[in-house]
Amino acid sequence: MLRTSKRPGRWRQALWAGLTAMLLAGGAGCKQKMSYQPRYDPLERSEIFTDRTSARPAPAGTVARGFLRDNPGLFLGRKENGDYVTEFPFPITEAVMKRGQERFTIYCTMCHGFSGYGDGMIVQRGFSPPPSLHNPETREKSVGYYFSVITNGYGAMPGHAHQIPVSDRWAIVAYVRALQLSQNARLEDVPAAHRKDLDAPTAAAQATTSASGPHSGGTHR
Amino acid sequence: MAQHFHRSMNTVAKVSIFGAVFIIGFGAWLLLEINRSSNVTNVGIALPQPVQFSHQHHVAGLGIECRYCHTSVEHSAFANIPPMSTCMNCHQQIWFGAPMLEPVRVSWKSGQALEWNRVHNLGDYVYFNHGIHVQKGIGCVSCHGRVDQMQLVYKDQPHTMEWCLSCHRNPAQHIRPRDQVFNMTWKPEDIGETQATLGARLVKEYNIESPRKLTSCSTCHH
Repeated sequence: MLRTSKRPGRWRQALWAGLTAMLLAGGAGCKQKMSYQPRYDPLERSEIFTDRTSARPAPAGTVARGFLRDNPGLFLGRKENGDYVTEFPFPITEAVMKRGQERFTIYCTMCHGFSGYGDGMIVQRGFSPPPSLHNPETREKSVGYYFSVITNGYGAMPGHAHQIPVSDRWAIVAYVRALQLSQNARLEDVPAAHRKDLDAPTAAAQATTSASGPHSGGTHR
Repeated sequence: MAQHFHRSMNTVAKVSIFGAVFIIGFGAWLLLEINRSSNVTNVGIALPQPVQFSHQHHVAGLGIECRYCHTSVEHSAFANIPPMSTCMNCHQQIWFGAPMLEPVRVSWKSGQALEWNRVHNLGDYVYFNHGIHVQKGIGCVSCHGRVDQMQLVYKDQPHTMEWCLSCHRNPAQHIRPRDQVFNMTWKPEDIGETQATLGARLVKEYNIESPRKLTSCSTCHH
């Protein structure tokens, strides 16, 4: 097909030599060794370790830099004597509350629901329903208790410490307190200047009614 | 002595002198097109994975937020895939015995890594930082496409240097408000703005470097 003439020989050889040279030149571009340098990317496979991952778990008894948990009130939600703390370890500002709302929406609403009644999507799909955050006995728990449950889990709920940093867990607890207040408030509890806001849809309400997938508030760090 | 070439070769020789420019040009164009095609960039090609994980089901179907699993995307240079314990948060009860999830359970119990095939992988000479792009208002969808509509994940954009530079030369065309980064359907018209005016304003507000700095070699290849 390359040639209809009956003259074989040099032209054909030259053609094949040229094609081979082009292929070799092209092939050189396909193997870029700088792309695969002899170092690990995060989570890259490793042939050295038996679990085949280059990401190593911390050996028992070691503390990663920046992960020293030397303040039981902040890191465990407990006092020195083991009781749960009853006050937040840092001041709760509006920024912290907004952060808590955002993180609650990301990490908690799947089971607890946007309003905390324990009717989230995963529960609708068959997961054990958590108690409503608005039960009288749940409302009485201290903030340290909530922090501890987020950190270590409770019942069917696994701990979420590996997903949510410490400061965000406290922010979520603050937002849970706000939710509890909101579901047990009377109109007179709302400052007069903000009462008109009650008729406006909230960001969370818009997120639930929108068909466009997950939404979230801003980031603050 | 007989002639080496047939007379018709005179014409072939004349045409080939003229045509060489086009032949070389065509060859160069072909190479560029091949390099930009999905044969090289993998755009649109879903890789085989050990578990048929569907983002469409988990994100669009259930409404799970990106960061529930991808916890490090906002601050880390590396955007993580979740550990098995995140899967098991729900799958300890939901679909616990499903054969599809067997590799997840095996990995969870044994500690052996589940080996996913990486979809987005830049050359080791690129020091890409995921967190800075999120912090400066680049939406997930701008680089990853509508992951919420993907059953198996594939690359939506070529992630070539040419593609990176197209934004680094003019970031205003893609910047969005930080609080809309994870919204897959956000449009500037939603808040009554155009991308041109909003982008120009946000570039100033978020202190985004000049195109001269953003396109400097050492910005990505330090």
